Amino acid sequence: MIFKKFNIENKKARDLIPQAITVLALISVIIYFATNAQINMGNRGISFGFGFLNQEASFDITFSMIEYDGSHSYGRAFLVGLLNTILVSVIGIFFATILGVIVGISRLSDNYLIAKVAEWYVEIFRNIPLILQIFFWYFAALRALPLPENGISFYDISFLTIKGWYVPKFIWTNFNIFLLSVISAFIAIYFINSYATKQREQFGKQIPTSIISFATLILIPLITFFFLGVSLTFEYPVLKQLSPTVFTYAGGVSIIPELIALALALSMYTATFIAENVRAGILGVGKGQKEAAASIGLNKNQILKLVVMPQALRIIIPPTTNQYLNLTKNSSLAAAIAYPDIVLVFAGTALMQTGRAIEIISITMLTYLTLSISISIFMNWYNKKMAIKEK
Amino acid sequence: MIKSIKTWILIGFASLLLVACGQGGGGAGSKKSKTLENTKKAGFVKCGVSQGLPGFSNADESGNWSGIDVDVCRAVAAAVLGDADKVKYTPLSAKERFTALTSGEIDVLARNTTWTLSRDADIGLTFVGVNFYDGQGFMVRKNSGINSVNDFKNGISACTNTGTTTELNMRDFFNSKNISYEPIAFEKADEVVAAYDAGRCDTYTTDKSGLAAQRTKMSNPDEHKVLPETISKEPLGPVVRQGDAVWEDIVRWSLNTMIEAEEYGVNSSNASSLKDSENPAIKRLVGSEGELGAAFGLDNDWSLRIIEQVGNYGESYKKHIADTGILPNRGPNQLWTKGGILYVPPAR
Repeated sequence: MIFKKFNIENKKARDLIPQAITVLALISVIIYFATNAQINMGNRGISFGFGFLNQEASFDITFSMIEYDGSHSYGRAFLVGLLNTILVSVIGIFFATILGVIVGISRLSDNYLIAKVAEWYVEIFRNIPLILQIFFWYFAALRALPLPENGISFYDISFLTIKGWYVPKFIWTNFNIFLLSVISAFIAIYFINSYATKQREQFGKQIPTSIISFATLILIPLITFFFLGVSLTFEYPVLKQLSPTVFTYAGGVSIIPELIALALALSMYTATFIAENVRAGILGVGKGQKEAAASIGLNKNQILKLVVMPQALRIIIPPTTNQYLNLTKNSSLAAAIAYPDIVLVFAGTALMQTGRAIEIISITMLTYLTLSISISIFMNWYNKKMAIKEK
Repeated sequence: MIKSIKTWILIGFASLLLVACGQGGGGAGSKKSKTLENTKKAGFVKCGVSQGLPGFSNADESGNWSGIDVDVCRAVAAAVLGDADKVKYTPLSAKERFTALTSGEIDVLARNTTWTLSRDADIGLTFVGVNFYDGQGFMVRKNSGINSVNDFKNGISACTNTGTTTELNMRDFFNSKNISYEPIAFEKADEVVAAYDAGRCDTYTTDKSGLAAQRTKMSNPDEHKVLPETISKEPLGPVVRQGDAVWEDIVRWSLNTMIEAEEYGVNSSNASSLKDSENPAIKRLVGSEGELGAAFGLDNDWSLRIIEQVGNYGESYKKHIADTGILPNRGPNQLWTKGGILYVPPAR
């Protein structure tokens, strides 16, 4: 029986052989390089291991979303870098998407000025290397910002200076209750929407869901805020003198200029590619669709929202996923302007202090791989959700 | 066309494999020096230097390197190959330097590198000596009213380089003074200077020699000053790979020869005329007595060539550090006989 299965005349078996050989060859190449590295490292007296992750890092980081100082471990420093990478990627993706959609639609505008401005924006920003744009926003824009003592004030509660953007800090009491109310508001909105869809599909009844959802989102948290012991106070940044001419702000939260410059550069750059995807997506929807929509009396906004966009999204999503991945990977250029992302903190400082190049670079590569694959999986799920469903 | 691309890819892979195999021999503990043999065969010394630090290793417009770190490479080339110019320089960032050395891309690392226990013991490197005694300091704006590190207050922002000991020293210092500070660490020195110059940070901290050198790059050097305090020991010196004891000795004694030559008043202009000196120590230095070179497999004129082609340590310091206005005062980098701490074992 088994013999018959592996008979050369069996097509399945025949197809399997070259594939098996390829996999074997690949594995042996990997093993070869791994052993080679191991032998050479042994010869040169370099030890291999991940024990260093528990050692004290003994360097500080400018900006961290979790509690960190130099007495924490290298593992903790890795986490700080990872979170900072995720933060700048999320901010970048958010603004790149908004800007990209606006610019993409603007390029198709009937208004000559709007269309031309959008076109120039795309052509300029996508054709300049990203690293130069990062330097531009950091060094050119930074020099233009005032020193803390002359900071640009927003109603005296927020200040923009060369050392960062100082904003009030939120100090909550019973924040958990408030968070719970927001979550329950979202759950309520989900049920309202699915009820409305059912009503529309079964009885043709139109329910103004957007107004109801909006009201729910405002009302439920508002009620908890006033009646369930949740309170919010602000800590405002205050100018502080360090020496006759050196000033800074104490209190509040400081958004460091490195983060602002990097997020700005990443979103401005990636938005151009997303804009082109959006334009391609909209142009990809048949003219007949729009004409048909117009002929049943839908207005311009309705056509865009109900007919064009749902079809365009199917064309837009896959290439936009690539742009999200690019943005995340491009965020590693942060090291150039001292934004403490994973490359600067972990593959930079930690690598230097420990000298464990192979271990640290492998961990960093695996981290980016995991991040990228997570984004891919999410976008593929979203793409499937948006794809044509035969009913 | 497609076929030729495939061929090239194949050749690429094959050469990659060959390179990987070639790395195999490290020559651990053998009497003969593999590095020395390879250097003689190649005809040049592979030396790692900085990406541009005036006084230490800096390239001019036509790509000629100079500096006291570069002089270590030149001394090794003079000793081993007979010509100080036979050096191939590889500019390296702080991050790349040790990997470049351990992987064999370079054979000597002369890149203002601080000698520390963990670097010496843990990552396959050996420090052969110190060619510059440095210490970390702070630069501030003159008009800031800060005259000493005791004037620093909570909330001060400090710019520095990543991947160097300065990041660690900075933390030790501010913690010991109980001052909260904002550390901003850049990968390249040029960006640190630009950010400090723009006012992003209140102080710039690195080795004092580095501060002095970088100050010359500021848009207005006279607006800045270096505070008097030194917060760390930074012995900077050349590094070699662990495991080739002969090569290690050659680099160590090339540096020592320069310092010893200054001690005995031997310099590039008088060296050859001192062959008949009364002093046996001088005669050993210029190669007219003893067989010192034989110990490394070199001829007897190796040290004379170093002194003639590169000069003694004092000449090197004067040319690169003092005359360029970086640090006119030699401070600890003076001979022990003149109140400094430069002291090398005798060449005998």
